[in-house]
Amino acid sequence: MLEKTGVPDADQIKKITPSPGRLKKGPVAVVECFQSIPCDPCRYACRQEAIKEFKDINDLPVIDHDLCNGCGSCISKCPGLAIFVIDDTYSEKEGLVKLPYEYLPLPRPEEEENGIDTEGWEVCSARVVKVQNAKVLDRTPVVWLTVPREHLMKVRNFLRKGGA
Amino acid sequence: MKKPEIAIVGGGPAGLSAALSAVRQGAQVMLIDRDPVLGGQLVKQTHMFFGSKKQYAAIRGIDIPQKLLAALQEEGNGKFDPRVNTTVLGCYDDGVLLLEKEDRAELIQPRKIIIATGAAEKMLPFPGNDLPGVYGAGAVQTLMNVYGIKPGTRVLMIGAGNIGLIVSYQLLQAGVEVTAIIEGAPKIGGYLVHATKVRRAGIPILTSHTIKKAYGCDSVEGAVLCNLDEKWCAVPGTEQSLAVDVICLAVGLTPQTELLWQAGCEQQYLPELGGYVPLRSEKMQTSLSHLFVAGDAACIEEAGSAMVEGKIAGLFAAADLGYAENVEALNETFSRELEELRSGPAGAKIRQGLSRLKGGAQVC
Ligand SMILES: Cc1cc2nc3c(=O)[nH]c(=O)nc-3n(C[C@H](O)[C@H](O)[C@H](O)COP(=O)(O)OP(=O)(O)OC[C@H]3O[C@@H](n4cnc5c(N)ncnc54)[C@H](O)[C@@H]3O)c2cc1C
Ligand code: SF4
Ligand code: SF4
Repeated sequence: MLEKTGVPDADQIKKITPSPGRLKKGPVAVVECFQSIPCDPCRYACRQEAIKEFKDINDLPVIDHDLCNGCGSCISKCPGLAIFVIDDTYSEKEGLVKLPYEYLPLPRPEEEENGIDTEGWEVCSARVVKVQNAKVLDRTPVVWLTVPREHLMKVRNFLRKGGA
Repeated sequence: MKKPEIAIVGGGPAGLSAALSAVRQGAQVMLIDRDPVLGGQLVKQTHMFFGSKKQYAAIRGIDIPQKLLAALQEEGNGKFDPRVNTTVLGCYDDGVLLLEKEDRAELIQPRKIIIATGAAEKMLPFPGNDLPGVYGAGAVQTLMNVYGIKPGTRVLMIGAGNIGLIVSYQLLQAGVEVTAIIEGAPKIGGYLVHATKVRRAGIPILTSHTIKKAYGCDSVEGAVLCNLDEKWCAVPGTEQSLAVDVICLAVGLTPQTELLWQAGCEQQYLPELGGYVPLRSEKMQTSLSHLFVAGDAACIEEAGSAMVEGKIAGLFAAADLGYAENVEALNETFSRELEELRSGPAGAKIRQGLSRLKGGAQVC
């Protein structure tokens, strides 16, 4: 499916989803990179060495969720924009998704947006909590969104309700 | 007639890296490009690059030329002579180059020449492909990212290789609607992380689809698509019409080898490498000993490999002139980098093409 449509299969997503035990401990990165390509900057982005050393530049990234502290440094360093941080402990009903967002204008905190899944469909409402755009992010801002917890592994983009 | 030690034609990643490598060895280099700024394709690549840290991965393409130029200024010691807005019109068998700048011609006779002229876009035959509104992806990218001009309002992208996927993403960033990306093959050819990125932005990717025709009076008003079966034959009754004002072609690149033909280099047709490519040794030396080649002009690949090939060509062009310090060690490092970049599944086609290159890539 992924190769035909650009949408990862449920199986592929399941394999890279952190364990329920790990999710209970707070923010953690999910790496949605499923194809062997010559690319490795994610490995150098992580100071915790949660992303394992590549034997070969074509290796798939392997992340040890127990070493990852969810800091999010890797998000803007991945040229594939394929790394997200999720936090299932944000509140009783809501989880937090941190995602790379390279479109203008940037949203503002407290705005309500539509949460979008990997197929481009709206799945839920999402609220902007924070927009990071420091110089170290090098023009790949990171947007923090709260979404219903059950959509944490679904929402990977958002559409601004106010249009654009 | 000027006689620079090395003349490099093309100031993209391959040409810039070749210049740096040659200057570091001590050679004197003239770098010639027809564009007003150096950088080649990089000047419009606003996205972050893949690859390894050594070849500027995770850095945006647009930021790479400055890094190379800064190193060239610093290490050039007056040996680096860049010439922009200058087109090389002729490359003769006696090693003379014909340059043209602002309607003035100049002949030069470098001792070594490195051809790093990059690639040209392929065209797709279909009725209506001559209507205004049918663009190559490179043109769309230049309009948007170099000149800040939107090519239209609703785009149909043809080709789901990396270029089709990236240019679609950049169209979205520019606020242009992309109605679909169609691809004749049953699978997406580009990196899947690029595909997921445009897919989650709502652009459908239709594999096993092609364009039957473009229609419109004075310019493109729409396109008729149809499905393809496994044998790439149109499936009757699957036609659908899409109203668009831009049709963007991203159906592949072919090496720009005119100057090499003119000089009389031997070439071989290898579809895996993009078409006719010059025979060359592992030193990137062509069948003519004073002519070297690097980058997309040698084989359609990526900026990372173009830079490493440039370094190799620069190293050996300089070595042939007597600047032979540390050549073996440097070559070993560069060759290993190239091998690593090509070692995975994404490099399979390139490996196959290179293995079919007459006499292998070993001998010249
Ligand atoms: C949309 C798109 C996205 C890409 N994304 C990536 C990516 O993410 N990662 C990656 O590694 N690669 C990427 N690439 C590929 C990469 O840009 C090319 O492989 C690379 O630029 C090739 O470098 P080059 O120096 O061989 O040629 P070019 O960059 O094409 O440079 C050739 C230069 O030669 C000059 N020239 C040509 N003929 C003449 C002449 N007769 N006289 C004077 N000057 C001349 C041209 O003006 C040009 O400046 C992408 C390419 C495109 C089109
Ligand atoms: S979120 Fe931080 S700790 Fe986790 S993988 Fe990314 S960089 Fe490493
Ligand atoms: S940086 Fe991103 S695209 Fe590259 S290997 Fe890591 S996760 Fe995959």
